[in-house]
Amino acid sequence: MDLYEFQAKQLFAKHGVKTQSGEVVATAAAAKLAAEKFGGLVVVKAQVKAGGRGKAGGVKLAKDPQEAHDRAADILKLNIKGLQVNKVLITPAEDIAKEFYVSFLLDRSNRSFLAMASVEGGVEIEEVAVNNPDALAKVPISANVGVTKEIAIQIAQAAKFPAEIQDQVVEMLQAMWKVFVAEDATLVEVNPLVQTPAGQIIALDGKVSLDENAGFRHPEHADLVDKDTEDPLEAAAKAKDLNYVKLAGEVGIIGNGAGLVMSTLDVVAYAGEEFGGMKPANFLDIGGGASAEVMANGLGIILSDAAVRSVFVNVFGGITACDAVANGIVQAIELLNQQGKEITVPLVVRLDGNNADAGRKILNDAEIAGIHMAQTMDEGARLVAQLAAGK
Amino acid sequence: MSIFLNSNSKILVQGMTGSEGSKHTNRMLKSGSNVVGGVTPGKGGQSVDFDGRSIPVFNSVSEAMAATGANVSVIFVPPKFAKAAVMEAIAAKIELCVVITEGIPVHDSVAFVNQALESGTTRLIGPNCPGIISPGESNAGIIPADITKKGRIGLVSKSGTLTYQMMYELRDFGISTAVGIGGDPVIGTTHIDCLRAFEADPDTDAIVMIGEIGGDAEERAAAFIKDNVTKPVVGYVAGFTAPEGKTMGHAGAIVSGSAGTAQAKQDALEAVGVKVGKTPSQAAELMRQIMNNL
Repeated sequence: MDLYEFQAKQLFAKHGVKTQSGEVVATAAAAKLAAEKFGGLVVVKAQVKAGGRGKAGGVKLAKDPQEAHDRAADILKLNIKGLQVNKVLITPAEDIAKEFYVSFLLDRSNRSFLAMASVEGGVEIEEVAVNNPDALAKVPISANVGVTKEIAIQIAQAAKFPAEIQDQVVEMLQAMWKVFVAEDATLVEVNPLVQTPAGQIIALDGKVSLDENAGFRHPEHADLVDKDTEDPLEAAAKAKDLNYVKLAGEVGIIGNGAGLVMSTLDVVAYAGEEFGGMKPANFLDIGGGASAEVMANGLGIILSDAAVRSVFVNVFGGITACDAVANGIVQAIELLNQQGKEITVPLVVRLDGNNADAGRKILNDAEIAGIHMAQTMDEGARLVAQLAAGK
Repeated sequence: MSIFLNSNSKILVQGMTGSEGSKHTNRMLKSGSNVVGGVTPGKGGQSVDFDGRSIPVFNSVSEAMAATGANVSVIFVPPKFAKAAVMEAIAAKIELCVVITEGIPVHDSVAFVNQALESGTTRLIGPNCPGIISPGESNAGIIPADITKKGRIGLVSKSGTLTYQMMYELRDFGISTAVGIGGDPVIGTTHIDCLRAFEADPDTDAIVMIGEIGGDAEERAAAFIKDNVTKPVVGYVAGFTAPEGKTMGHAGAIVSGSAGTAQAKQDALEAVGVKVGKTPSQAAELMRQIMNNL
């Protein structure tokens, strides 16, 4: 889960990472009040989970509360990289002498963690990495040692931070590492890390990604989820413990196992090319068990998506054999009918694996209107794309 | 022969007394695996009956190993306790530790994966994986044993159900060993580890490698194949239609910016001569042609 800047800074404050005070607001009027409270020059910053906010006009300086009001009103109308701005952060403006970059992240390739630091901060670090790779220091962090003072010094030296601020940078790195470990983060990034004319080192911006698997250790992380911007279908699916991602197409997809469902999306998209570009409407993995209740919940979510014109149920019967899955589908449709939810779009079912013939027989015998059987995944994908296109 | 797991493997199940652990212990026993004990702290001295077969429970992995000679451990312990369970197995110097548990925090996985690598004595498979099966010899995990037979194709995959799908599609030829390496961002056994072992296994003639979006494991595997693998390899990659920044079921299946895309992985594999199927069935068909021409 990626956090907003203001949320990242809340975690920074909690673990001793020096940052600025600030107030997050959702209206221009509240922005004005916040600016009055801080007094003097303030910065109005769009809170969106995307880089390049400044370039998109999402970060503006305001010299007085009225200007903060006006800038906030402008920014709250913006859509940055497809994301509507719903909140702005008001912070006192800092004088900046120098801008740097520091981060800790999960390094999948090396199955460990990595520190990155550069004295060329303020710009997108991907650009530094491409244009001036020597200016970006990368220091592997051992999982079993972590960032000790000695290692923090190594990072500061590798990035060639000026000697006079090294102590402050080392302190900053150790506090950031504390955020990384204590909050189960996969990314803690400060860009820019700034030096003020008075020589103070402050985190002016912050980016944090948290590991959702560690939620059981951090019940408070649930409060960081932004329910206002969640897709309503994704939120409904989450409430039913379903692994669902909304996509842009017309073909509803249900399958068992993340890999098989990802593969199903691809195969449907290929098949859809032939029928005017029919595409998958969602990712939905109902897991290995595929019980009637889970199947009914899944079908319920998919059928409530107005974009869906046909549905592909693609199940491989492994641990749960196909006859059990077929019974699950029949019961799921009965459950939905009881709830007053009619199946209004054609359903293509492909069952393969253990007891596939028995499973197909159960579905055929149930004589449910609008159900089509497919022998293989490729055949099912073609049929469901064709049905979505109304052909 | 086979890789990592064979008819001599003696299996312990950590978390055998839990619902998933007992269900799958029963399945493993039915598929012919030599399950010799379970480990549940505090329940040592008890035993569990699986359709007439009594399997003893021990308090610790080392105690269980001493009593039974076990060399493989399969872990069904819930995420909260998984790190401690894996660390215990590594400390006891188990040869193979298969972590089925899904939803382990990545900081915990990084810790135990590195512990296993540094131990030099334990091979870790997973976490968040279906396990490993050498059909006709042994089955450690949750892979259905009855969808294929023993054969000469090696299979390595990040995804569980795609592993089953491929085993089933190739059931006329059969499988030497299928390894589900898991869909998490950090895992103990990689595609490369399996490719190296299959290359060295005299009873494997060809290899199917299934990948998915996220990370660069497939690209690294391609580089490894170029220099080290002489046996034919067929590939399949899932996730071409996955949008950027969305996690697709598996914690590791996410495209970040331009990194980790399915296209990049397919391109890397094809560049080193791996035939990549557009669908799982096409990949199976490519393998079928290779086996028919061997």
